[in-house]
Amino acid sequence: MNPGERKKKLGLIVNPLAGIGGRVGLKGSDGIETVKKAFAMGAEIISPQRAMETLQDIYPFKDEFDLFTYPKGMGEDEAKACGFSPIVLGEIVPDQTSAEDTKSAARKMVDLEIDLILFVGGDGTARDIYEAIGDKATVLGIPSGVKIHSSVYAVNPHRASELIKMFLKGSAPVREMEVMDIDEDLFRKGQVSARLYGYLQVPHEKGLIQSAKSASLGAGNNRTIAEAVVDGMNDDYYILGPGTTVKAIGDELKIEKTLLGVDVIYRKQLIGKDLNEQQLLGLIEGKNAKIVVTIIGGQGYIFGRGNQQISPRVIRKVGKQNLIVIATKNKLLSLKGPLLVDTGDSECDNYLSGYIRVITGYNEESVWKIEC
Amino acid sequence: MTKTNSKTTKYQYQEYADIDTGYQALRWHEPVIYELSRKGSRNEIIPNAEKEIQVKVGDITKKIPKKICRKTPAALPELSEPEVMRHYLRLSQETFGYDSGVNIGLGTCTMKYSPKLNDQLAKLPSIAYLHPLQPEETFQGLLEIMYDLRTWLCELSGMDEFSFLPRGGGHSVYTNACIMRAYHRANGNLHKNEVITCAVSHPCNAGCPSTAGFKVIELHPNKNTGDIGLDQLEAVVSDRTAGLFLTAPYDTGVFDSQLGEYAKLIHSYGGLVALDQANFNGVMTRMRAGDIGADLMHFNLHKTFSTPHGSAGPGAGAIGVKKELREYLPAPLLEFDGSQYHLNYNLPKTIGKTGVFYGVIINVLKAYAWIMSMGEQGLREASEWAVINNNYLIKKMLEVRGVDIAWPNRRKLQEARFHLQKMKEETGIGSAEVNLRIADFGIQTFFESHEPVIIPEPVTPEASEAASKEDLDRFVEAFHQISKEAYSNPEIIRTAPHHCTIHQTNLEPLLDSKRTKVTWRAYQKRGLS
Repeated sequence: MNPGERKKKLGLIVNPLAGIGGRVGLKGSDGIETVKKAFAMGAEIISPQRAMETLQDIYPFKDEFDLFTYPKGMGEDEAKACGFSPIVLGEIVPDQTSAEDTKSAARKMVDLEIDLILFVGGDGTARDIYEAIGDKATVLGIPSGVKIHSSVYAVNPHRASELIKMFLKGSAPVREMEVMDIDEDLFRKGQVSARLYGYLQVPHEKGLIQSAKSASLGAGNNRTIAEAVVDGMNDDYYILGPGTTVKAIGDELKIEKTLLGVDVIYRKQLIGKDLNEQQLLGLIEGKNAKIVVTIIGGQGYIFGRGNQQISPRVIRKVGKQNLIVIATKNKLLSLKGPLLVDTGDSECDNYLSGYIRVITGYNEESVWKIEC
Repeated sequence: MTKTNSKTTKYQYQEYADIDTGYQALRWHEPVIYELSRKGSRNEIIPNAEKEIQVKVGDITKKIPKKICRKTPAALPELSEPEVMRHYLRLSQETFGYDSGVNIGLGTCTMKYSPKLNDQLAKLPSIAYLHPLQPEETFQGLLEIMYDLRTWLCELSGMDEFSFLPRGGGHSVYTNACIMRAYHRANGNLHKNEVITCAVSHPCNAGCPSTAGFKVIELHPNKNTGDIGLDQLEAVVSDRTAGLFLTAPYDTGVFDSQLGEYAKLIHSYGGLVALDQANFNGVMTRMRAGDIGADLMHFNLHKTFSTPHGSAGPGAGAIGVKKELREYLPAPLLEFDGSQYHLNYNLPKTIGKTGVFYGVIINVLKAYAWIMSMGEQGLREASEWAVINNNYLIKKMLEVRGVDIAWPNRRKLQEARFHLQKMKEETGIGSAEVNLRIADFGIQTFFESHEPVIIPEPVTPEASEAASKEDLDRFVEAFHQISKEAYSNPEIIRTAPHHCTIHQTNLEPLLDSKRTKVTWRAYQKRGLS
């Protein structure tokens, strides 16, 4: 810590019920009925253990920060078990915690100007945090849930502690990461339908970032990518998918592109907002159109996650040759594998497969393989 | 002497510093030279010239133009000669290089040992006192050396003409990109504005064409073979393709098995092929860029051709082109009329001047001397040894817990990309941390990877032909010990180095230009913040 720098404040919110559905095969733990069912099937609470794995790692650095948390199983118990003397906020009814408790904990921590809020849970917990505070604070998820589609979580509790240490040192920059979730009712029936709910501010390791040395002209950020797309625009209809990278095109054109919806622009004017499949098909009927999408989530999906409105019918109508994929290089490099498509129509997925140019900056493209 | 440097301060990780690594760097408590200054201290005074000379020459200080004369004396530190000698000797003892330790870590850089004999040649007064503005007939000997080196490099590369004007590898690629641009413009092909490269080529293969105004399309190596593959190239090549910029062999030690096919494909679309052979060390006399279809290429004299580099220079790039592109080369071109050597500036289509005078002459001279001493057979053997050394290193390194290699089924030439992803997952220790610790063993920190980092936690050493088996074993042994520490007490590594001149420092402020003080005066004015 440099002299004159104030002590950092860490927050900890544990969702004690996160992940309990997993071990008993319930695919998720959202909703009171599921939780009851899980307990009846002998489910064990696992999130305190996950929280403690991280807390033990950061214990040697305890003098560098103050730890704020919520009562009992929402953080206090775990922190004390690891030797911390946390500052405990709020009140809860033990063993009957709900999403509301998570939300009010997050709000209280924003009021206290906590530097980094740690939360332990799954996609549902990430959604609660997002709904409560949006981008008002820096947060980091410690994974405990059954299914994690959101990219706001560290890979495991130990990697979370590495990130926390870097954050304390001031060497972990913050970036926007996706909060994703699947409709759990549909999921339990075997249907997958992931949605993009929003973005949280999350610290990340610098390792994958381009250094200044390699940054060629116009490399790297949403704005230069948007400039490249806008400069290449003609009189076609442009279907713009969700996500911040695509939204930057709207900013560049000074129009109100929705963050999470699919919009259409024509001659640089917005002509349709938050459209569904039918509305899209209606708008582009008999017209030349292009689709602009970015990667949603950490896994590399460009279709089938968070943008199902751009259906196989829409994709076929527009044509593969009119598909514009945009993404920052850092996002591409953080993928573990190829780009993915899961449109729900295997013929369409096959049609999309193969190499594609991805716009990564002004005058800069990166070639990636799409697989299905 | 500042307080933190005081000998009485106990090192907070002394128990780690007590672990035997077989190495301890010298650590002088040496202040900045300004802090050593004492008013009135001085060196001996040089005696005045004899009266007769003084009368004949007059006051030479009067001959210096007024506008370049200082009004007040320079704020120099005041010290005696032995104090100055002691200060700089101590600083030199705190440096690290091939002459003081094991130096096989810097892959892609070819930090091979450069014979001192060649340094001596470059220091000869007949070279050192040449002036670049001398008439060319007065340094025919040097021009002959340059012409011979040009001819040898043509022979080694299969190209038709060479220029030594670029100052390094990036400058060479930029010059080649400018030649490519000039060529397409001259042919009226203004639509050819796309350059294709790949993520395992040196980053300047993307950066320099971009600076020259091209749109850059970056391919990725196949996850099984390490090659880019003809199918991927076919998916992006078009009438807009100006050219292909690839490093051969790749930064990963993989030599792309389909290079010739790529060249044919690019040529069929009217594009040019530029090969980056900055690191030619694994393939000397084994392959020629010109034979597999390259139209432009470059060597780094300061890598393969054993002229020293590092610490910011001096580098020296040598670009080679096929005869169709000769007229676009930067001026001057070196020519021989059968009796005299000439510098030809009369090149109507040249891309212009890319550097002053004729290139980095001392590197040209050292490369000449090195090739002379090696001969063709020697160059061939050097490449064989570089590859054998690297493959020995691979075999041994893969026995270290937590160390893996990218593209394990692919044979590697002079270097390879290892990675520590497993170690990072299991212990939290990755390549950045190991790199700080390895310095504790008297081993040069290793090169991790060029950008973009497509293999996380990378380690890219390069043995070169100059490393002994003992050096290679020492490198591997250090990795074994560090791996053991990672799995038993990672704090040793996290707080390293413990045996070096300087312990771990917070580099963050150095990246903030507002907080960095690069002069003594700035430090005095604003202090440390």
